[in-house]
Amino acid sequence: MPPHPEWTAAMFPDEVWEHVFSFLPSDADRNVAAASCHAWLRIERRSRRRVFVGNCYAVAPAVAVARFPEARAVEVKGKPHFADFDLVPGDWGGGADEWVAAMAEGWPQLEELRFKRMVVSDDCLEVIARSFRNFRVLGLAFCEGFSTAGLAAVAANCRNLRVLDLQENVIEDNCSHWLSHFPESFTSLVHLNIACLPGEVNVPVLERLVSRCTNLKTLKLNHAVPLEKLVILLRKAPQLVDLGTGRFSGEHHLDLYSKLESAFTGYKSLKSLSGTWEAVPAYLPAVYSVCEGLTSLNLSYATTQNPELIKLVSRCKSLQRLWVMDFIEDDGLAAVASSCKLLQELRVFPSDPYGPQPVSLTERGLVAISAGCPMLHSVLYFCNQMTNAALIAIALNRPNLTRFRLCIIEPQTPDYLTLQPLDAGFSAIVESCKDLRRLSVSGLLTDRVFKSIGAYADRLEMLSVAFAGDSDAGLHYILSGCKSLRKLEIRDCPFGDKPLLANAAKLETMRSLWMSSCSLTLGACKLLARKMPRLNVEIIDERRGASWDSRPDDCPVEKLYVYRTVAGPRSDTPSCVWTV
Amino acid sequence: MSFPPNPNPNPNPRPNARDIEEERETEMSIETERSSTESEVSGLDYEETALTLGLPGGKRGFSETVNLGIKSSLIEARGDSSGDRSDESPDCNASVAEKPPAPKARVVGWPPVRSYRKNALKSCTFVKVQVDGAPYLRKVDLEAYRGYEQLLVALQEMFSCFTIRNYPNEERKLVDPVNGTEYVPTYEDKDGDWMLVGDVPWKMFVESCKRLRLMKSSEAVNLAPREARR
Repeated sequence: MPPHPEWTAAMFPDEVWEHVFSFLPSDADRNVAAASCHAWLRIERRSRRRVFVGNCYAVAPAVAVARFPEARAVEVKGKPHFADFDLVPGDWGGGADEWVAAMAEGWPQLEELRFKRMVVSDDCLEVIARSFRNFRVLGLAFCEGFSTAGLAAVAANCRNLRVLDLQENVIEDNCSHWLSHFPESFTSLVHLNIACLPGEVNVPVLERLVSRCTNLKTLKLNHAVPLEKLVILLRKAPQLVDLGTGRFSGEHHLDLYSKLESAFTGYKSLKSLSGTWEAVPAYLPAVYSVCEGLTSLNLSYATTQNPELIKLVSRCKSLQRLWVMDFIEDDGLAAVASSCKLLQELRVFPSDPYGPQPVSLTERGLVAISAGCPMLHSVLYFCNQMTNAALIAIALNRPNLTRFRLCIIEPQTPDYLTLQPLDAGFSAIVESCKDLRRLSVSGLLTDRVFKSIGAYADRLEMLSVAFAGDSDAGLHYILSGCKSLRKLEIRDCPFGDKPLLANAAKLETMRSLWMSSCSLTLGACKLLARKMPRLNVEIIDERRGASWDSRPDDCPVEKLYVYRTVAGPRSDTPSCVWTV
Repeated sequence: MSFPPNPNPNPNPRPNARDIEEERETEMSIETERSSTESEVSGLDYEETALTLGLPGGKRGFSETVNLGIKSSLIEARGDSSGDRSDESPDCNASVAEKPPAPKARVVGWPPVRSYRKNALKSCTFVKVQVDGAPYLRKVDLEAYRGYEQLLVALQEMFSCFTIRNYPNEERKLVDPVNGTEYVPTYEDKDGDWMLVGDVPWKMFVESCKRLRLMKSSEAVNLAPREARR
């Protein structure tokens, strides 16, 4: 007879259980432990230090804060992923104010705060700056709504700040001297990423900051910092591990080149290089001395082409992550495949998203990489053409793929050799890559590919689908299969009401579902909302016309966002959003 | 095959070169089958990469004519993929996807490139560079160079087979040392005219240049601006 769980828990003091729980690798595991009995719930929630909120509307901020009173680090995400591609209206939501207020109230010991795709105001930044005595890490990624005045408040008040990580935010520049607000006594900075700052940076001030923060390991500059200033900064921080340069262009001056080259020669610890906006061939060789040790290289803003690009990348024998533009071409990828045997992640971006690409980046490049790089597990690839044969080869070469995002730029492009849909190719990917967690499909695809995905992609957590499928069956295959699916985003597919309603329960096992330009009607959304009270069913209608209450059931729904929540309908919906 | 009327007649027809070229086009009956992967934003670009007889520069009128026909049939076959419902009436009685096929407009949010990245690249003045006889296009960012000399050096490096030969009359040509063929850098300006590179001040060139083409010297004789000088 098994012992009563409460009795077992009481055999050990709480601290012992806390220590045990600290070994649980994921929040999901901690959640399971917390659900097993009241004692463990109590112990787990009081001992959880890192809180992750994948959807800011899934729980009320005050509730989350009360549930985990000893949190030291939190990450909150807001807008749906498709907001990155202008599919979500600007006023949809994702405001951080309520979260910041609740945290300031309930988590005075908070040390780390990360927001992703949220609207963060300067007021938020000021509250953050003043509320947390031990504040160490501020990370804002893909956010908007704040200015350099807000950053000034953070600089002035966060005496122990270690990390200021601003990744691709939209920031208004109204306080160009915000860096000066870091007091002279401030020396704790370890990580400074200001790459997305729109305006000029006061380089002498930055120079002094960098000089006194002797533990600085990451420095990512913005476009406005020219090479001449980079050289000065490099000399102040030879201990950097992660460097993002400013713009890497200018007239070729031998003097500047040799200064740059000798500055890099001093960089023994550099592991990661990024920035390099508009890199011109003349200056690139200046970084050759650090190539051997680089594990991460982001040249995706560098407009350099081959052969200079190949010359640079082939030297980086230790590379684990490579982000580059399609200027690399198939030849370049073949060179990477033979030089960079430790490569784990590859992203190839289009240099001209709306025009024809240089025709020499094709499926061949990706096949070469898949064959030559045994540790490759994460791929993002934009290209113009693909074949089933290539996808099958990739699938067989790399069964260890965990992330595979392929974007064939022209929608509904078939296999260019056979003119067949790419069903067979993507099916091979999901059948072979058993640990696949993220997949984006493109090209001409029928319902068949979704049958494979539903059946085989057991570990898939995020699926992105565009301009694909023939009928409701496609969506039904996905929702009735894909055991681990958390996020599904669909645009421009002929998927309708039936599979949505038939799989309503599935939606509560997922974080969210986005469907736009499909074949949904108001009636189905109403039924779904009635059936599933713990889902928020949001209809997004940018035309903001007649009230949805008065429309007929067969009215088409252009954009739908459904997510599970324990917080009920949100109170901050703008006029373009109607919670059914 | 009949062609719909050409919607974009060349505003500045050059009687000599273009008439000859168009005659050649009508005789030429083979065009490689258009792959649906190619951009439908500009039929021009397809023509640039197609293996054809005659000079790409003057064919524009003809190629646009042909490609519009192909474009609309591809869109019809594909159905309405953009899903744009903005022309439906508010009471939702309009049926879905019953629109005449339109020239392909840019679809919102496709390809899925973040605005941040798009904006970062927008600031670059990229132009395509084509070399007669080379099977692919390259691109250069004109703002990366301070003058013609630097541009030529870059072109030389890019196509790696040229050396620069300077002529006393300030003409510059690129030469393929293997067979001695001379190439003259030319560009298409905003008005659609093909000019010799170097004719106008650099800044003006950067602003007006739409694309570059390294034309074989023998073919370049018909470009008007220098004729008077010869």
